[in-house]
Parts: sequence; C-alpha cells; structure tokens
Amino acid sequence: MSLVARQVSFSYRPVPGRADARVLRDVDLTVRSGSVTGLLGPNGCGKTTLLKLLSGVLTPTSGAVTVNGRPMAAMPRREAARQIAVVPQETHPAYDYTVLEMVLMGRHPHLGLFQIEGPADIAIAREALAATSTAHLESRPFPSLSGGERQRVVIASALAQSTDTLLLDEPTASLDLGHQLEIAALLTRLNRQRGVTLCLATHDLNLAATVCDTLVLLRDGRVVADGPTADVLTSRAVRQLYDVDADVRFHEAAGRLTVVPVAHAL
Amino acid sequence: MTGGTPAESASPVAAPRPSTLARARLATTLLAFGLLTLVTCLLAPLVGSSHVSLARAFDPSIPFADNVDAQIFFVARLPRVIAGALVGAALASAGVVFQAILRNPLATPFTLGVSAGASLGAMLMIILGGALSLGPWSPVPLASFAGAAGAAALVYWLASSTGRPMSGAVLLLAGVTLNAFFSALILFVQYLADFAEVYRAARWLMGDLDVGGFGPIVASLPLVLVAFGLFALLPASLNLLSVSDESAAARGVDVVRTHRVAFVSASLATSAAVSLAGPIGFIGIVVPHLVRLLVGVDHRIVLPASALFGAAFLVACDLAARTVLAPVEIPVGVVTALLGGPFFLWLLVRQA
Repeated sequence: MSLVARQVSFSYRPVPGRADARVLRDVDLTVRSGSVTGLLGPNGCGKTTLLKLLSGVLTPTSGAVTVNGRPMAAMPRREAARQIAVVPQETHPAYDYTVLEMVLMGRHPHLGLFQIEGPADIAIAREALAATSTAHLESRPFPSLSGGERQRVVIASALAQSTDTLLLDEPTASLDLGHQLEIAALLTRLNRQRGVTLCLATHDLNLAATVCDTLVLLRDGRVVADGPTADVLTSRAVRQLYDVDADVRFHEAAGRLTVVPVAHAL
Repeated sequence: MTGGTPAESASPVAAPRPSTLARARLATTLLAFGLLTLVTCLLAPLVGSSHVSLARAFDPSIPFADNVDAQIFFVARLPRVIAGALVGAALASAGVVFQAILRNPLATPFTLGVSAGASLGAMLMIILGGALSLGPWSPVPLASFAGAAGAAALVYWLASSTGRPMSGAVLLLAGVTLNAFFSALILFVQYLADFAEVYRAARWLMGDLDVGGFGPIVASLPLVLVAFGLFALLPASLNLLSVSDESAAARGVDVVRTHRVAFVSASLATSAAVSLAGPIGFIGIVVPHLVRLLVGVDHRIVLPASALFGAAFLVACDLAARTVLAPVEIPVGVVTALLGGPFFLWLLVRQA
C-alpha cells in the first residue's frame, strides 16, 4: 500500500490565470506503508485540504494522488473508502446513533446497496471497539460520550472500515491533556500492533514528536521540509512555520523530542 | 489489518445487550408497522356516520345503483382511505428524507417551499382559472402539482448555483424565503378574489382527503411509486449523511448524487401528496419523530416504518375527522395537529 501525491495543486474556486488562489501548490508527498506521517503547519496552510485530497474526497486541480499506483480521481468512491479511512476533526451526528451504530457505519463501503450488516460485520465492529477500549460504551448514545470517548469511537468506526491507512485531522484538538496522551498511545498501538499506516494533521508538536516517525512541514500551501521526525523537528523549523522561538530538545524521561515554545519571534 | 476476521487482539467482551442484528430488527419492526397499517386500512372503511353492511356491499345480486351500502363503501369511503394511506406514507417518508439531507430534525416536507408553491398553483386555478376544463383531468390538482414542482425546481436551482452544490444552509434559507414570498402572493390573489372563491381556497388550504373517486388517486399513484422507488436507494446513505457530508464521502457515499436523488424524490412525493389532498400539515414531522422514539434512528428502519406508520396515522386521523362530530366533518389537517401535537409532546416529556 503506497499513498502518493505528485505535484498536487488545489483551489476551491479555480480562477483561470490566478495561480495564487491555490490552497496547495505543487505538493509532493509519500505516505510510506507502515509509517506514521505528521502534517504540520500554521492555520490555513492547507493541512486539512491535503488530507481531503489524500482520501479522495476532493480531486486535485492539477497533479494526481495515487493509491498503489492507481489515480484516486478515477477510483469509485466505495473502492477508495475500502483503501483509506478518515477520522474528521469533529463529529456531530444529527441524530442520536448508538456507539455500535456509529462504528457499524464504517462497514458501509463493504456492503451492497440493499445489504444490511451481518454477524461478521458486527464482529469486526466489536473488535474495533475493543481495540480502542470503548467496548463498554457499545449501547450508549454517541452524543452522551465525553470528548475523549467520542474520538476513540470515531477512530473505532474508521478501523471498522478495514483499511490499511487511516487519515486523521487534528485527532487531539479538543481534548484535555489526559485524553491527548490516551489518543497518542492508541495511535502508536494501532501502528505497532496492527500495522495501520497513519497520516495525521496536527498543531500539537509534542503529539507529532511522540507518535510520528515522518514529518511534512507545510506553509502557504507548499511543502517546506520533510523527512524523519528527528531531522525535521528543529527550533528552526518551528520558527519557520509559526514565527515562534522554541526550545526543541531530547527529553530523557519522555524518550523523545519535546518542544517548549519560548516567545513569539516577531 | 485483515478485512474479514477479527484480529487476535479481540478480547471476549461481554455484550451489554443481546446482539440485535439490524436485519432481525428491520423484519420485526416492519411486520409490526405493516400489520398496524393493514388493520387500520381494513377497519376504516367500515366505520362512519352511517352503518355499512359488508354482506350487502359485496352482494352482486343487488344492482350498484340501488345498493346504498356498496355506494357508501366504494364511492364515499374506500377512495378516501386509499388517498389517506398514500398521502400519509408520502408525507411521512418525505419528512424523513428532508430531515436527513438538511441535517435538521425540524425540517418538514413543506420547509423548502413545496407546499407553498402547490398552494399558490391551486389558488391561481381556483380563483383565476374560472370554468377552465381539461377533460377528465381536474385542473386544481394539476395546477398545484405544477406549483409544487416549480417551487422545488426553483429552490434546487438556487441552491446548486451557489458553487457549493446542495448546501443545506442555502436550501433552508431559499426554502424559508420562498415560503414567505409564495404566502404573500397567495394572500394577494385571495384579496383580489370574491367571497365564494376565497371560501373554496381556504377549504383547499385546510387539506381534504375526500378526493372524489379513484381518478385522482390513479393519477398521482405513478408519481408516488417513482418517489418510493428512489427512496429505496437512500436509507444507508442517509445514515452517513446525517453524521456529516465529509465522513459520508470518506465512507464511499457519492454525496452530491445522493443529495440530488433525495431532494428530487422527496419533492416528488410531497408534490404528489399535496396536489391530491392539499397541504396536510404535521404528518411529515410528527410521524418520523414518533417512529424514531419507538425504533431508534437507523434510516434503514425509520424510512420504511415512517411510510407505514404515516399511512396508518393519516387514515386514523381522517376516520376521527369523519366521525367525532358527525355528521359535521372536521378538516383532517386540524385533526392531525390536534391529535398528533399533544401525543408527541407527551412522548417527548416522557422520554426526557
């Protein structure tokens, strides 16, 4: 499984002759199989748009996204959904689905038009709940859960899609510290134990340092740096992305790089 | 990760409730609602201000012209029950579909201006059409269907010309605005009309299932059947769309096409229902909510169950409209709101 973006540009309302309307410009990106790739960049740099292009929800204005060499644009939606699952930033269903119903919706791309999920699908959904430590919530209404529980259930729903690759948009954005670390541990476990390829957009540099082995830095719709986390995550990079002076150093107890913002650089 | 079997990390979790397969729930729920609808539709033609003897009604030895029981049964009551079932099923399921694609539990089949368009068409025909005759076709239902279809097409065009196809917010705002605009036009047309015409127009606006024989039912049946055929394609996608368009797309739903099919089919069902019986309110919102309170929110169960329950509910309301103050009839739209409103509120409070 390889997910590759080649020379991808995108604008929400293409204006002929105005290349500066582009949200993303000539982006090259490879999500290696089995990797945890982090997309970092300031607000509005195009992270979320890039994730939508990678999942095939949006189609590039120019360039191409390919899955195992096949262009995503030519792939039927259901087939793309059997390759790549998405965890959106926030999930607010209009109706009170139960947790199990939410997770079973992940089976949609595997079911025929008039097919209703059977015992095998329910087994897959329950297994996904177990993998995210949410099995005890199965019959609770989804809106009654806490933020951290909800995010884990949405991840379970993406796991039930039985894809090799999971794209996550700000998976810890609205969570407290405990839940942030819980999600970080869950993502690492999914990657190491189940071999799920992960690609996540995040503002949380310490989350990126904890779970990502590869980083892609975006600013103004362009890739400004990419490579192994240890090489890319530097105080220079933090300044380049956010105009913030930061102390980036290896933390013995945490066993990873840590980022301490010091002051705004301007 | 493997696609078919649970991986080894699966722990034997004790399920907090017996594994209720959606398949089994769907079958038992539809059986129960189907029986309710069947019984209601079979009993309704037998009840009324005058007693009907079934034995006499179906006695072939009595000429139809002399058989009062057969006339009451086949001419006065049966078409009315069939029209009620058809309109109830169409409005209830259109309500479910609009609530799902607008992601708004308060949406009704009339939210997007379809009924206001239908009413305007009917008003124009009643008041300005005069003695216009179209052979076997009754001009008022035709005009109201044209008004409904025109309003739906206008809302659709407005919402899809904004660049973001079928945006829920644009649809809602366009619909609310058109409702107000058409209502103003209706008042203006009524202001120009004479007293008798205004009375006819007001009665039409109250909704009436006394459609006058089988002709109008046969005329609107194909439209309703096409709408239900399209509805059958939707329920699984409606579940995903009511979570969010984005996650629906990521799970393999063609969002734009599904919105189109949903909008067209729900508008068609609403237009057919309103042109047959006038704008009967409340069915499209109270029935889907009652059904959700009873069977949960999965659209694969809610949509067919609402169609069945909508049919039973409207036939029962019409039965009440015919009998409660007999021989005086109450407009059926008044009954749906008077019966449905308090019952719905009671259920809401009980649930909370």
